[in-house]
Amino acid sequence: MSKFTRGFTGRLHRERDVRLPPGQYDTGSNWPVLTAEPTPRLDTAQWWFGVEGLVEQPTRWSWDEIHALPQSTYEGDIHCVTSWSKLGMTFTGVSVDTVLAIAKPLPSAAFVLAISHTGYTTNLPLADVTNGRAWIVWDVDGQRLPVDQGGPARLLVPHLYFWKSAKWIASLRLLEHDESGFWERNGYHDRGDPWLEQRYQGD
Amino acid sequence: MATRSPATSWQTATVVGIHRETDRAKTFRLRLERPTLHVAGQHFVIRLTAPDGYTAMRSFSVASAPDGTPELEFTVERLDEGEVSTFLNDVVEPGDELELRGPIGGWFVWEGTTPALLLGGGSGVVPLMAMLRLARRTGRSDLVRAIFSVRSPADLYYAAELPGPETTVVFTREASPATTRSPGRLTKEDIPVRSAAGATAYVCGSTGFTNTATDLLMGAGWGAQDIRVERFGPTGTC
Repeated sequence: MSKFTRGFTGRLHRERDVRLPPGQYDTGSNWPVLTAEPTPRLDTAQWWFGVEGLVEQPTRWSWDEIHALPQSTYEGDIHCVTSWSKLGMTFTGVSVDTVLAIAKPLPSAAFVLAISHTGYTTNLPLADVTNGRAWIVWDVDGQRLPVDQGGPARLLVPHLYFWKSAKWIASLRLLEHDESGFWERNGYHDRGDPWLEQRYQGD
Repeated sequence: MATRSPATSWQTATVVGIHRETDRAKTFRLRLERPTLHVAGQHFVIRLTAPDGYTAMRSFSVASAPDGTPELEFTVERLDEGEVSTFLNDVVEPGDELELRGPIGGWFVWEGTTPALLLGGGSGVVPLMAMLRLARRTGRSDLVRAIFSVRSPADLYYAAELPGPETTVVFTREASPATTRSPGRLTKEDIPVRSAAGATAYVCGSTGFTNTATDLLMGAGWGAQDIRVERFGPTGTC
């Protein structure tokens, strides 16, 4: 239990939305941009996305090829470790299950390293990106995903803190062992479950 | 690549000083219960707790360089919709206790030993000020070039402390009588070419500022791998 702060009542947030994990606030119509690198300009004519590592069939898709796969939509909330959440969003793209079904993970695959076109990386257990819990998305709320928000396409893993949803996604590399990604090497939690407040290493 | 920082736990700090920087920002000097050594550029999370247990927390960059004292400074811009920043600016007084956790971050940090270009916009100058202060404290100002972009002289933090041979202030709307540059946004004339091998550019500010600054840097020969960015939106760091 934390100490009371003199004079603080939190009057702005009396009605707490049950969709907000502990320590999070509703950012409303805002969508803050938080990245660590220059924003890349990726031309969809040259864009690609691939699945590699411990798979039977390493595969790459072009922009047109990935759009030809069955589309899938996520409707729900996203949670950033810096404590904002954005509620009731709609993302459209392709389910990670769909691309994995084509690449066919080997039985030894247990973790994923998501790699961006910028070199950004983030690690996840394979179980966190399967069974309808992760997507490669290119539309948000009916519009093209803005480049500052990871367009033309980003990974979406909405049940984990949003740094796991790698912007400008290039590939998913399936691994036998967990390998820390960019923020995970820089003090952030390896799994990042917002409902357990797994913000930093050691939480 | 920096190494994993240890997990940090919540601790209590006492406000030992408050200094007004501008009409919209104050600097808070906090004395930590358990002193901790931070690296210039790192941030802490400050948590406020209401009597009914409701909490609000936000991240704030450290403005001070590590100086061997158990004290840290944070400069906080008051954002009208910012639950934490309005409380800090409007309610907190010397002697109050605040909970905080940190230091956090192993990427937007400068150890003080390599050439660095610091490009800050508005309140984005705060983590860069920690770097500039470190350079001056250790006698390594030669490693640093700092370019701070603000709307007008009234919006400039650390105004008395900033001037120095390594520092340039760019005013975008209204210049100070002492400057010769006409007010206006950052242009390529304001950006030094990347001359030193191993130099890193640290860019902090709004999305608009950081996008403009990184484009200018890349136009001046800086590679994407030489540039570290910290961005915030109106609510990202409030």
